[in-house]
Amino acid sequence: MNWFDTFSLVLFPYAAVAVFVIGMAYRYRQRGFTVTSLSSQFLEGRSLFWAVVPFHIGILVVLFGHLLAFLVPDAILAWNAVPVRLMILEGMALIFGLATLVGIAGLMYRRFTNERVRAVTTKMDVLLEVVLLAQVGFGVWIAVGYRWGSSWFASDLTPYLWSLVAFSPEATAAAAMPLVVKLHILGAFLLLFLVPFTRLAHVFVAPLHYIVRPYQQVIWNWNRKKIRDPRSGTSVSGRRR
Amino acid sequence: MDVRSQISMVFHLDKCIGCHTCSVACKNIWTDRKGAEYMWWNNVETKPGTGYPGKWENQDIYKGGWEEDGNGGIRLKGAGKPKSLSNIFHNPHMPSIDDYYEPFTYKYLDLIEAEAGDIQPTARPVSMITGEPMDIQMGPNWDDDLSGTPDYARKDPNLEDLSEAEQEAMFQLERMAFFYLPRICNHCLNAACVASCPSGAIYKRGEDGVVLINQDVCRGWRMCVTACPYKKSYYNWDTGKSEKCILCYPRLESGYAPACMHSCVGRIRYLGVILYDADRIEEAASADESELVERQLDMLLDPFDPEVIAAAKENGVADSTIESAQNSPTYKFVKEWDLALPLHPEFRTLPMLFYVPPLLPVMASVADANDNAQREKIHDIGKKWPDEWVYDTSIDQLFGTIDDARFPLEYMASLFSAGDVEAVKSRLEKLMAIRLHRRRETVGDVDSATVDKALKKAGLTGQRANAIYYLTSLAKFDDRFVIPPAHREQAIEMLDEDVGATKGETGFGFKRGTNKRGA
Ligand code: SF4
Ligand code: SF4
Repeated sequence: MNWFDTFSLVLFPYAAVAVFVIGMAYRYRQRGFTVTSLSSQFLEGRSLFWAVVPFHIGILVVLFGHLLAFLVPDAILAWNAVPVRLMILEGMALIFGLATLVGIAGLMYRRFTNERVRAVTTKMDVLLEVVLLAQVGFGVWIAVGYRWGSSWFASDLTPYLWSLVAFSPEATAAAAMPLVVKLHILGAFLLLFLVPFTRLAHVFVAPLHYIVRPYQQVIWNWNRKKIRDPRSGTSVSGRRR
Repeated sequence: MDVRSQISMVFHLDKCIGCHTCSVACKNIWTDRKGAEYMWWNNVETKPGTGYPGKWENQDIYKGGWEEDGNGGIRLKGAGKPKSLSNIFHNPHMPSIDDYYEPFTYKYLDLIEAEAGDIQPTARPVSMITGEPMDIQMGPNWDDDLSGTPDYARKDPNLEDLSEAEQEAMFQLERMAFFYLPRICNHCLNAACVASCPSGAIYKRGEDGVVLINQDVCRGWRMCVTACPYKKSYYNWDTGKSEKCILCYPRLESGYAPACMHSCVGRIRYLGVILYDADRIEEAASADESELVERQLDMLLDPFDPEVIAAAKENGVADSTIESAQNSPTYKFVKEWDLALPLHPEFRTLPMLFYVPPLLPVMASVADANDNAQREKIHDIGKKWPDEWVYDTSIDQLFGTIDDARFPLEYMASLFSAGDVEAVKSRLEKLMAIRLHRRRETVGDVDSATVDKALKKAGLTGQRANAIYYLTSLAKFDDRFVIPPAHREQAIEMLDEDVGATKGETGFGFKRGTNKRGA
């Protein structure tokens, strides 16, 4: 393994996760005000729809696929044992990957051409979108050029990722991968690294708890029943003043 | 019975002069910031008119508020658990800034710094979003005083239920009328904004019922903007957080009236505590449309009833709050006197800002102003005005016109009672009876029997009419705003904070523990 492999496949992943965990915990607890989706729909909503929806749905599905290959590689391999099923899985992955690519490209186009959206664009937004575009682009390139990703991810890369989790990094398999795959891995950790510094933080505050909470929320600033026991203290009469 | 206390408001529409002082007071304190320039937590609309944002009352467009779900319950119209989550990437019902207006300023510096030349320099309007020159399409109060205009007044969503003839009558040039509708967040009991927020950032304060958005928890999912049928939750395009009227809670906690109310020139605003039964919120909000107002008023409890007092104490409502409720001007207007109504109760959020419907645009009639007998009675000063300007104040005319109003009661009912004309009429009759009664007392040119008949019909005694008159016309600051103490001292003790330290940090005394004797 050369220095590039060591850096991108071992060192940087650890650094990125550390920055992500510490940075995000700090931001969430101390800088809650900055944690937001920073939606610009209010300024421009029509063209946004055609980019933001394919992007989000696409990336969620694709991410979920990566997560499955990471968590249950054997199940993925078993599924892929039948060619038709493999084709279905890969076909879906490509379709959603392309949707993501079209989405992020559309989002960038909108960001640079719409005056109002440009006015609320920060340097970090641009950086983030460039990294995302590259990352999704690499992903689609891999899906098309290096078949069949779902299988070799599950068999070769999942052990590598778990070795990182177990703090005994074993990156030889990953280091033998084509450059674009390595860049895709680097990009993934770069995105994680960027979370505490960009709007990407909104991914980690997805409001799933909304499903279980009651609609109305009332908050008392103090325990009213404890502080004002009706059996003590002064009383109020029913007389009119 | 789950007794809670709510700071509620009453706006007396006959008194509003449309000066916008309230809006400016609010703007100067709270929304004079980037991203918030377009927000008017307090705004004053001309009715009939389309309002702000344009046609906000039309929920076919904005999908705000609650609707019946067909099983006797209610659900959010454009948000709620399934919709808020599935539309989270792109909210199809979200208004855009153009529905409000693009905030602008002028390049004033150009006036000063322009080179000397033959042509007068101008201050061009520039967008406060992009900083680029722009053509102003709309601004705050764009349709101010524009009753009768095709673009605004005639597009008022409340005209829908009126017949063609009624609409035409309303807009005949010489019969034209309008009134002002000041609006702030209603601090609803069944708040749609709270229910729609996926992050759970919006909540109602238990102590006083103020509805707030926790700015640290809001994630910019912007569902509240859609869900609030009054469009009183606004998205800050710069910070990516939603904001709304906070009822000036820092002022309330220190015993001051909210800025809009404090500054109100027409003194139309009242604020006070109302105790209500939180157990009945759901039932009242899902009542049949014809019963909505009645059920909501039923929820409001008599602060003199010993049972209510006991239950309130049991619930930890402070004695001082109960006392405030007993002196509350809003309780009197809303419950005791049955004079005020909620705005658009059919949105089912149970708003706690009530309006005394305006009598003047209903009554003002110029048709018979040339009646000479009538003219004789007018003071010399009054005669200086052209005839057409004189309101006809003959008694028959006054009382008769409520039914025969040039401002159709259906219109008022569409605003204040979900279409129940009787509810509006009974309140207007009361207002009329009080006017007649006061005229008998002060001018004395009214037949006493007529006045008594009017009072009786309105269900008023002379004494009560005087009390209403007092609170309407003469009330002092402390009568209009009865603010319950916030009891911060108890909060501090309760939070286990060091009382001495808190005292020091808030600017009273020094941050130092007391010395022990002999230490
Ligand atoms: S008026 Fe709107 S923002 Fe205010 S409490 Fe009601 S639903 Fe919420
Ligand atoms: S300050 Fe009072 S009178 Fe003036 S517009 Fe506002 S509510 Fe009406």
